[in-house]
Amino acid sequence: MAVYQHDVLIIGAGLAGMRAAIAAQLEGADVAIISKVHPVRSHSNAAQGGINAALGEDDSWEEHAFDTVKGSDYLGDQDAIEVLCREAGPALIELERMGVIFHREESGRLGSRSFGGASKARTYFVGDITGQAILHVLYEQLIKHGLRVYEEWFVTDLIVEDAVCKGAVAMEIRTGNVHVIAAKSTIIATGGLGRMYEPSTNALICTGDGISLAYRIGAPIIDMEMVQFHPTTLKGSGVLITEGARSEGGYLLNSEGERFMSKYAPNMMELASRDVVSRAEQTEINEGRGVDGCVLLDLRHLGEERVRERLWQIREIGIDFAGVDLVKEPIPVRPGVHYIMGGVKTDIDGKTPLEGLYAAGEAACVSVHGANRLGANSLLDTVVFGRRSGVATAERARSVMGWTPPSDRYAEETKRKLQAFLDRPLNGDRVAKIRLDMGNMMSELVGVFRTEEQLRLAVERMKDIRARYEKVGVENKGKVFNTDLLFAIELGFMIDCAEMTCVSAVARKESRGAHYRTDFPQRDDANFLKHIACTYSPEGPQLSEMPVTITRWQPQERKY
Amino acid sequence: MEVKLKVLRYDPESGKEPEYRRYTVDMPESATVLDSLIEVREFHDGTLSLRCSCRSAICGSCAMRINGRARLACKTQVSSVAEDGEEIVVEPAGNMPTIKDLVVDMAPFWDKIRAVKPWLQPSGPPPEREYLAPPQAMIELAEVMNCIMCGACVSDCTVLEVDKSFLAPAALAKAWRFVHDPRDGNTAARLRELSEPSGIWDCTRCNFCVQVCPKDVKPMDQIMKLRAEATAIGITNNAGSRHTFAFTSTVKEGGRLNEFQMLPRTHGLLNIAANLAELPGGIRMIRAGKMPSPFTHKIPGAAHVKRIFKRFEHAKV
Repeated sequence: MAVYQHDVLIIGAGLAGMRAAIAAQLEGADVAIISKVHPVRSHSNAAQGGINAALGEDDSWEEHAFDTVKGSDYLGDQDAIEVLCREAGPALIELERMGVIFHREESGRLGSRSFGGASKARTYFVGDITGQAILHVLYEQLIKHGLRVYEEWFVTDLIVEDAVCKGAVAMEIRTGNVHVIAAKSTIIATGGLGRMYEPSTNALICTGDGISLAYRIGAPIIDMEMVQFHPTTLKGSGVLITEGARSEGGYLLNSEGERFMSKYAPNMMELASRDVVSRAEQTEINEGRGVDGCVLLDLRHLGEERVRERLWQIREIGIDFAGVDLVKEPIPVRPGVHYIMGGVKTDIDGKTPLEGLYAAGEAACVSVHGANRLGANSLLDTVVFGRRSGVATAERARSVMGWTPPSDRYAEETKRKLQAFLDRPLNGDRVAKIRLDMGNMMSELVGVFRTEEQLRLAVERMKDIRARYEKVGVENKGKVFNTDLLFAIELGFMIDCAEMTCVSAVARKESRGAHYRTDFPQRDDANFLKHIACTYSPEGPQLSEMPVTITRWQPQERKY
Repeated sequence: MEVKLKVLRYDPESGKEPEYRRYTVDMPESATVLDSLIEVREFHDGTLSLRCSCRSAICGSCAMRINGRARLACKTQVSSVAEDGEEIVVEPAGNMPTIKDLVVDMAPFWDKIRAVKPWLQPSGPPPEREYLAPPQAMIELAEVMNCIMCGACVSDCTVLEVDKSFLAPAALAKAWRFVHDPRDGNTAARLRELSEPSGIWDCTRCNFCVQVCPKDVKPMDQIMKLRAEATAIGITNNAGSRHTFAFTSTVKEGGRLNEFQMLPRTHGLLNIAANLAELPGGIRMIRAGKMPSPFTHKIPGAAHVKRIFKRFEHAKV
């Protein structure tokens, strides 16, 4: 009999996880969140620019939905996109009422900015700290509602019995003790996997844990070839510079001082969708019009006051991490890995095809982002589908019959597995070295531009990476806060994800959204208007296809 | 460049006391202290534990003491703390128990955040859409919403060092965020609670929290604003507030501070118990020759001081 048992267990305490928890608790469920870091350390913090909702008088949810469908290069499921955009307004107002200090107009009403790929100014924001401002408010709500958080507990495995997910096995990082946490429903809300690339805008904790955990128990993972490269990541460390910089009027310049976006997206210019801008930048750099492997983001004309009111954080980031004050000089930026459009396949209530298992946020693929996510739609995705999955899991807790908790033997199995890892001899290789090699390889071979040859090579390289991983040992043998062991487990998660990305990218022989094949430069709706799904097998991901749901917007040529 | 680190290590499983260990790593010129620590952890000594995540001063994980002062390791360039390649001393954050190496137990920190009831408490039914709020108010709140809860201010708080019950800078700054929020309907009750012992009046204004805050939240300034707001709505029946009034009134009357009168005026002359409790300190002061004279004379320019007060009070109206 497991000591820990709940109706709903949510893995991850970012926006999706916390929003789900609040919803499930309000619906009367016994809820707990488990997170490998304290909730306010979650990577939702790093979202800077804003959250989309068609709240303006001249705007409508249909226009927002169309922009999202077009942004997705028609790979997004339109039923899900309709839900996302219909619920955006109420979701945003709800956040405001919880206390988020959204930017106001003189009238006191919410004020918005324009974001990439959007036909209207529908991005609501708090300066350039929107993610942080929302994350901290949701944490306030967590305190208000007295929600249980297993803080700094690390989930190593999901439990599946008779094709039903029954909770998780987790290690208390502070003590190294391993426990079973039984749950009628489990929601994966673990965020992204950017660290499988090097460099990345993502935090060190973004290691694809939940996607891999779900994959290992048989849940289908879709759209993994769709990796978003953000157009403005800082030279060097690859830290994010918000799209808000361009939406406030920033220019992108090449080494000749030319606003090169006029060649690639004459109408939307710097505010074309992210895949388009990233490809434009990479083309400029590849054709010799870059500046030290970067292009320049020029904000000097905005003036110091506007920067102080709306972009204070990126100014600080530029000064601290590149020694550049954007009020005085342009900052060097380049495309960098930022977001995974793919993830655990769910329906519009966060439900996966595996009973008892749900997913929300970046780890999930509903799919609302398709082949390219629009800026400021990710925060929206977390709160809309976070809430919906919370409600759905609470409903399941009420209705599920004859549910029996899993036994404690799963904890014993995990302990044996961890011990086996600790017992491995050191062989001169290192977990960090393997991750770095994988990250560099992924950036080189599975980047903004891709070819069959590169992708096949990447698949081969992943085999070497896995072979090395299966032999590598860890130095730290202790129980208390053994981060060495955690990184080793995380690397295993990332390897699963990277394999899925590589094989899916090989399979998609067309160019769509973020997946651009120089050998197949056209979109091919006849053969590839479909999701590519990966399911686990001991030999590696098995591929299958899933249909794309089209409701009212037929695919057309995509131009900005 | 060569980076030399001297890191305070502690492993509760070893049974040994904390001890310094030295590392030398080769890093690019632009490296931060965090980059260097990660280099140690990943390639030199996997037993080193620290918290870190975003690498860009947003997640608040990596507050620690660098050369004796609380900083975010990710925001601290090596070149800024070791200009000529000196050794950098890295220790866990202060005022919180160490779990292992640079990882501290932040439970007391979060307990205090919870203690200020940190969620919006509007009064009345919600509006049809968003609450209307002046744009300037939201911008002012952003200064405090910029707080990433890293605990640097708590690490270096000098009051907390001697009084564990002090709510401390982070929680009080957070409290100001609600007091100042035009949407919050519970301002007076919040200010009353914050005026209790261990609250806003216990800050000694040492300013360390302002100096170490990596996000320019200025916690002490927020505490001072809370004092002013509490006083403005008449929450003055507490030692801190009386102390302030005693301070100003003796200066106004005599042109100088009458230290002897501070205690009885702060506690109230008839509060025998509180005044008696100060007796041992008083005796020590007498012995050390530090007891202020009960007889202070007006300074020669006292009338002038009084006029300054008058002009100030007039200006306020």
